[in-house]
Amino acid sequence: MKYYTATYWAFFKTSLLEQFQYRAAMAIWMIGRILEPIIYLTVWTTVAQTRGGSVGSYSPADFAAYYIVLMLVNQFTFSWIMHTYDFRIRQGELSNFLLKPIHPIHADIAENIAYKVMTAVIIFPTAILLFFLFEPNLAFHIQTFAVFLLALGLAFIMRFFIEWTLALIAFWTTRNEAINQMYFTLGLFLSGRIAPIDLLPDAIQTLANALPFRWAVAFPVELMLGRLSQEQILNGFTMQALWLLAGFLLIQLTWRLGVKKYSAVGS
Amino acid sequence: MGHPILPPSTPHSQKLTSPQTHITFRPCPTPPTSPSYEVPQREPGLGAAIKSLVSRTTRDVEAVKNITFDVAPGEIVGFLGPNGAGKTTTLKMLSGLLHPTAGEISVIGHTPYARHKDFLNRITLVMGQRNQLMWDIPVADSFERNRAIYRISHGEYNKTLDELNALLDLSDLLSKPVRNLSLGERMKCEIAAALLHRPQVLFLDEPTIGLDVTMQRRIRAFLGEYNRRHSATVLLTSHYMADVEALCKRVIIIHHGELLFDGDLNTLIERFSPHKTIVVDLEVERADLSAYGDVVTAEGNSVTLRVPKTKTADVTGKLLANLPVIDLTVEDPPIEEVIEQVFSN
Repeated sequence: MKYYTATYWAFFKTSLLEQFQYRAAMAIWMIGRILEPIIYLTVWTTVAQTRGGSVGSYSPADFAAYYIVLMLVNQFTFSWIMHTYDFRIRQGELSNFLLKPIHPIHADIAENIAYKVMTAVIIFPTAILLFFLFEPNLAFHIQTFAVFLLALGLAFIMRFFIEWTLALIAFWTTRNEAINQMYFTLGLFLSGRIAPIDLLPDAIQTLANALPFRWAVAFPVELMLGRLSQEQILNGFTMQALWLLAGFLLIQLTWRLGVKKYSAVGS
Repeated sequence: MGHPILPPSTPHSQKLTSPQTHITFRPCPTPPTSPSYEVPQREPGLGAAIKSLVSRTTRDVEAVKNITFDVAPGEIVGFLGPNGAGKTTTLKMLSGLLHPTAGEISVIGHTPYARHKDFLNRITLVMGQRNQLMWDIPVADSFERNRAIYRISHGEYNKTLDELNALLDLSDLLSKPVRNLSLGERMKCEIAAALLHRPQVLFLDEPTIGLDVTMQRRIRAFLGEYNRRHSATVLLTSHYMADVEALCKRVIIIHHGELLFDGDLNTLIERFSPHKTIVVDLEVERADLSAYGDVVTAEGNSVTLRVPKTKTADVTGKLLANLPVIDLTVEDPPIEEVIEQVFSN
């Protein structure tokens, strides 16, 4: 445990140093990540106003709360690992990781966390600014917040495991972009980014409940907004736990098979 | 020297893990059990590209076939062969990056591709064309990352770093981002990074590639020193024969994935070069020495002759007796020539 703390700290520091070199690029990426929820928020607010003040159970203030929290949740749970692995395997860079006596997922998790810490200085002021601009309907309860943090933590690990597994498909395909794009598009719908999931048709809701996307993003958001019953919350945590376990097992399997398949290309 | 960890004692592996052996590379000698890789195969051209959409053909590539060797602890072995001979592939198998399809490989008592932590903690692989240092951050920070990964205590780390510093002269480089270093500077840092954990077994794939002569000599001297100080086992590939001559008593030569020679460098020269070179300086100019042997060059009063090895003493005696000789030296032909000879056989 002490070893992992020390190593994570070392990974965290070097990743932070590295990312600091690319602050401008990072700021530009962040604009995209901030604009997306604002665009959907504006669209839904307009729709709500033309339809007499609300869509389903969402008023403009509800949409504002939903999208501000969603922006934060998505920011803290997303990873770019699927794009990284494509490159690592194609260029043979993975060899460096394979030679080290520690599983490469640890460096990736630490790097992800470093990025999140680094971008927190942009995302939190933005959230506060949006709070004043859009006047969201968001009450703060300390218990809800505590449960929300738990859901957020689980969402992060679960999403990371699943995306890491998908990233490993690059062992077989060498180029992963098509799969990445499909995952991204599905996620746009099923994680509640385009619209809150309870506004979508029943069939899609059923699909969203079965797949991991909802539990990685929409669930913590709805929880924070106080829109979930106790039963729904328990169900959400169960689904998170199941997907986390599934992701964990899938990583073991795909990693073992993938490394065997790896041909350490290049030089 | 650490104690090799003994794997399950099958009759075969017992022999492999004797304390006298650090590395054992024994892929089975005959197909279909020799190590091979499946690679997609496709004819060039658009038509073939479209065809490959529906029917994919793969073929098994045997990168290495009849190669077996053992390396004792503390040995430095030069691993030679032309481009594409299978050197890098063999090193990748030995360091656990590639899974051979058959055969038996043992390094310090481990099967490399199992990538056991104890194994990874005790080996290193340096590839001259690949870097492990993080491109955008100072070298020292990458080192610190390795310190954590390899559980090196601060005391040990500082000691090792001092030593590496003294031998490789790194002090000015440590605070610079890797991208600002020259190729030679980067290579020094790469080697240092790869040795921070004091590995017992070093796999070096062209560690001096692209470097100028001074830097090559420096790295060569360093590797020799590291080997002496830590009794490390070194398997080295290089296209620079100076590296091999300076460091390796023993060489292994492979070609088309097969072993051509394994033994003493001197034996290699003896076996594959039945000639010696005699350089004579004479008091007279342009003497015709073709009666004594093949004249390689004749410039001014210096003549270079190539003579069969068995006749060296005879020819030397005649030259000294019959001609006004100022100076005479007998040399082995350059190692490059010998290696070329090996490949052409």
